[in-house]
Amino acid sequence: MRNFLTIETSRPRFALFFILLITVAFKTPAGEDYPRQRQALVKAIEDVVIATSSYLDKEALDRRVLDAMRMVPRHLFVPKKLREVAYENRPLSIGYGQTISQPYMVAIMTDLLKPKQDHRVLEVGTGSGYQAAVLAQLTSDVFTIEIIEPLGKKARKRLHKLGYRNVQVKLGDGYYGWEEHAPFDAIVVTAAASHVPPPLVKQLKPGGRMVIPVGGAFAVQQLVLIEKDMTGAISLEQVLPVRFVPLTGKRDECEPDCKNSK
Amino acid sequence: MSPPRLSIALISAAALGYEVLLMRLFSIIQWHHFAYMLISLALLGYGASGSFLTLARHHLLPHFTTVYFINIFLFSLSSVACFIIAQHLPFNPLEAFWDPLQSIWLFTIYLLLSLPFFFAANCVGLSLSHYSTKASHIYAADLLGAGAGSIVIILLLFTVFPEQVLLLFGSLIAISAGLACYELKLHSKWIAGLVVVFVVLPWTVPQEWSKPVISPFKGLNQLLQINGTRIISEQSSPLGLVSVVESLQTPIRHAPGLSVVATQWPVEQKAIFIDGGGMSALTHYDGDRSKLAYLDQMTSALPYHLGRHDHVLILGAGGGSDILQAHYHNADRIDAVELNPHIAELVQQEYKDIPALFSQSGTTTMHVAEARGYISGSDAHYDLIQISLLDSFSASSAGLYALSESYLYTVEAFQDYLQHLNPGGYLAISRWIRNPPRDTLKLFATAIQAQVRLQVEHPALQLALIRGWQTSTLIVKNGMFNDTELNKMRRFCETRAFDIAYAPGTGKVENNRYNRLKQDHFFHAAQAFIGGKGDSFTSDYKFKLNPATDDRPYFFNFFKWRTLAEIVNLRGKGGTPMLESGYLILIVSLTQAILASFILILLPLIVGRRTARPSQLTAARIKGLIYFFMLGLAFLFIEIAFIQKFILFLHHPLYAVSVVLAAFLIFAGLGSAFSNRFAEFTKTARTIRIAVFCITALCLGYLFLVEPLFNELLAYPVTVKIAVTVILIAPLAFSMGMPFPLGLARLNETAPVEIPWVWGINGCASVISAILATITAIHLGFSAVIIFALLFYITAAATLP
Repeated sequence: MRNFLTIETSRPRFALFFILLITVAFKTPAGEDYPRQRQALVKAIEDVVIATSSYLDKEALDRRVLDAMRMVPRHLFVPKKLREVAYENRPLSIGYGQTISQPYMVAIMTDLLKPKQDHRVLEVGTGSGYQAAVLAQLTSDVFTIEIIEPLGKKARKRLHKLGYRNVQVKLGDGYYGWEEHAPFDAIVVTAAASHVPPPLVKQLKPGGRMVIPVGGAFAVQQLVLIEKDMTGAISLEQVLPVRFVPLTGKRDECEPDCKNSK
Repeated sequence: MSPPRLSIALISAAALGYEVLLMRLFSIIQWHHFAYMLISLALLGYGASGSFLTLARHHLLPHFTTVYFINIFLFSLSSVACFIIAQHLPFNPLEAFWDPLQSIWLFTIYLLLSLPFFFAANCVGLSLSHYSTKASHIYAADLLGAGAGSIVIILLLFTVFPEQVLLLFGSLIAISAGLACYELKLHSKWIAGLVVVFVVLPWTVPQEWSKPVISPFKGLNQLLQINGTRIISEQSSPLGLVSVVESLQTPIRHAPGLSVVATQWPVEQKAIFIDGGGMSALTHYDGDRSKLAYLDQMTSALPYHLGRHDHVLILGAGGGSDILQAHYHNADRIDAVELNPHIAELVQQEYKDIPALFSQSGTTTMHVAEARGYISGSDAHYDLIQISLLDSFSASSAGLYALSESYLYTVEAFQDYLQHLNPGGYLAISRWIRNPPRDTLKLFATAIQAQVRLQVEHPALQLALIRGWQTSTLIVKNGMFNDTELNKMRRFCETRAFDIAYAPGTGKVENNRYNRLKQDHFFHAAQAFIGGKGDSFTSDYKFKLNPATDDRPYFFNFFKWRTLAEIVNLRGKGGTPMLESGYLILIVSLTQAILASFILILLPLIVGRRTARPSQLTAARIKGLIYFFMLGLAFLFIEIAFIQKFILFLHHPLYAVSVVLAAFLIFAGLGSAFSNRFAEFTKTARTIRIAVFCITALCLGYLFLVEPLFNELLAYPVTVKIAVTVILIAPLAFSMGMPFPLGLARLNETAPVEIPWVWGINGCASVISAILATITAIHLGFSAVIIFALLFYITAAATLP
């Protein structure tokens, strides 16, 4: 009986605790406030870039890139059940063993491509279509190829619904690029490749840039930037997208010969 | 009445086999490291059983027979059901750093997988309590059963697919109930009926439930998403599930490390996956050598441009790209070594119609063997030893205990390779590039150390390192590089956009030209290592670069504690690939195991009815705790250390693991049975001390004697080596089987209520021991693991309850 009473008297406190617990566990969906979340995400990316600036050789990303990221509704590119976390700075699974990249990586990769309004861009590996949408905000034409049919079809439908009329989605093998629309000012290869497909190098315009993220599904190890100069010569840069100096006690600056070689 | 020894032996055989099977299954479903963590922690089911029996023994013991049978049937049921549920949970270890929900799934899997072990341990623990005067017989049956199980599971995994082994185990476990029925002379139709039901039940499970659900993020599943791809063959062994995939619409083109300026690419290929990952390619070759030109556009092709290559040895033949590369460069004789017989068979089958390769007059001979073992046992000399992108198969992949040992890239291995080179011959090792670099730099340091040990006068003049954006190739020459070779090297790299990170006489101007890095650590590390400043570079570098040795064979351990905080802070800023998760998983597993053990061991002291439990930690009880905990630690420390020592002798991880493990368990079982003669209280202490003395003497003797003995017997056939292994292990294991049952015999006279408690303590200690032994080996080496084990035994003898 005593025990029963104890429980009775402690019930209001218990109820309060329970409500708090529920509130924490199922916090109110902030989904309705996507634009605000998007702004916060871009701000977070800007902060990271400032911290990583010496690695990227710049203080900030191209304003146009960040503006594009402010425009693209990432929550519409992820599965419905993940919308709530769509604006967290992390990669998310989109099914078929594929992911939508971490927004920070999308920003850096897009920036490395130096997109201009009149550029024609090729993307190999459409995935959700998010990267293509960001590029579509910045350039006149985006051509994107997806090898996994259902994923490509979904992305095509999604991009069309969102009004990206300057994006063309092709279903098929990206290894040979897209000959009819070549050459390209920029190419981004997000599909896993064991090497750089030679046809893609060929379809890169003199002065063009190609970016390849290297690493696992949820962790980009490095970004490979391939540049073709006006004479057609190829050079390659391996960019570590993180402010990490493996050697302690050394200055984290680019070596003189590295700068000279650019 | 006698205890149901056969039934207990079968349960223990099934429990050990099930542990290995789960490791195999989860290595296919997830990744090996995570499988290791899942199964290690699941074994805490043993500890949980100890706590449960301590608390509930007063209720359970009066109904021993019923409870025993219920636990067998639950073990049978849960062994299949828990796996099926666990593999269908949406656990994705790759997302562990991003998604907090993953830890809940992980915990659920721990709980699910620990259930079968919990029920199995209940059967043994309950019997130990019920037949407390015959504890040594029960422990003997437990060990002998486990010993047999360790062999049977390997044989089974060679013959049938793991999902079928799972169902077979479900039935086998139920049969142990039938055996118990016979041994306990029960004539119950009910039990007989239930045995039949539980034997049949696993086979009613739909096939798609039990078939491993491979992570969608593994290469195999990613490839299968593409239209027109299909698996054309699957073969399974304890070495891995080998799947071959063909693509009818979109060609597979796998050419890792292909130069960015290459104009040719691979012809038609099939993909080979091991456990759904680690893709390699089986290239279609019709005899037209020009179609293989792309193989000359890789960093690994460099040695073919430097000198003659009449006799080439390829370690880790995989899908055969290296064989084709050697063939393209007109090698006269190619010896290819591949560990996995299924993969060797695939390659031979693919090229059987190419007379230049595998016919009697062909150039190539395939050897199914472990790479390091093959070279140690060979008296041939080669112009080129080629090791490309080969990650070692280690005991861990067989599902037993260890994590990422590799005897391929140790200083001693390099010595072996270099001693098998003709004068002027090359050793070429290619690795994936990681940014910031890790393994390539460690290889460079290892090569120098091996040369120093071989008393090479100018190591720096016999080394070269080139890199593309994707792969690097280290070349060690048996002799000094000359100007012609260096010029050829420059030309090779210039035409393929590769950088020379190091070669004698090349300066900073020649590196970081084509594959530009912000900071060229390849160059700086090479300069430091050849300039005698390797130690300070290694200590300043944020990844561990100290060369691995045979005693500390952890080449893949690059983790340094002091960088952990920095890397964790960089999590959302592109920092996750910096995290060397292998070592961290060990630490996380150990922490979890210690915390859980702490709770499981102390729980019976604070919960439950006061009369039914060992109520408080008295001095005697603390002694008992230490004694049985130390025994649990020591047994596995010795077992694990000797598995590693014998891997180098038997040269096949599977032979080594199976033979050593079975020998340890079986002879310990015999020791336990023999110890019954000394189970009288007055004799126990003396016998335990003698046993510990024998263990100490034998271990110390082996520490010094086995290496010269192994060298003497290097050329003998494997059967002789297995016999020697068993003879060496027998007296040691026999002694190791005694202290536990003798301790129980003492306890039975002083505090029988504590028997299930110490059974649980021993279970917890075993889980901690397996992980702790690996961590100790990483830091101090396997010899130290043995020394620690002896200290544990001596502590146990000193704290006899």
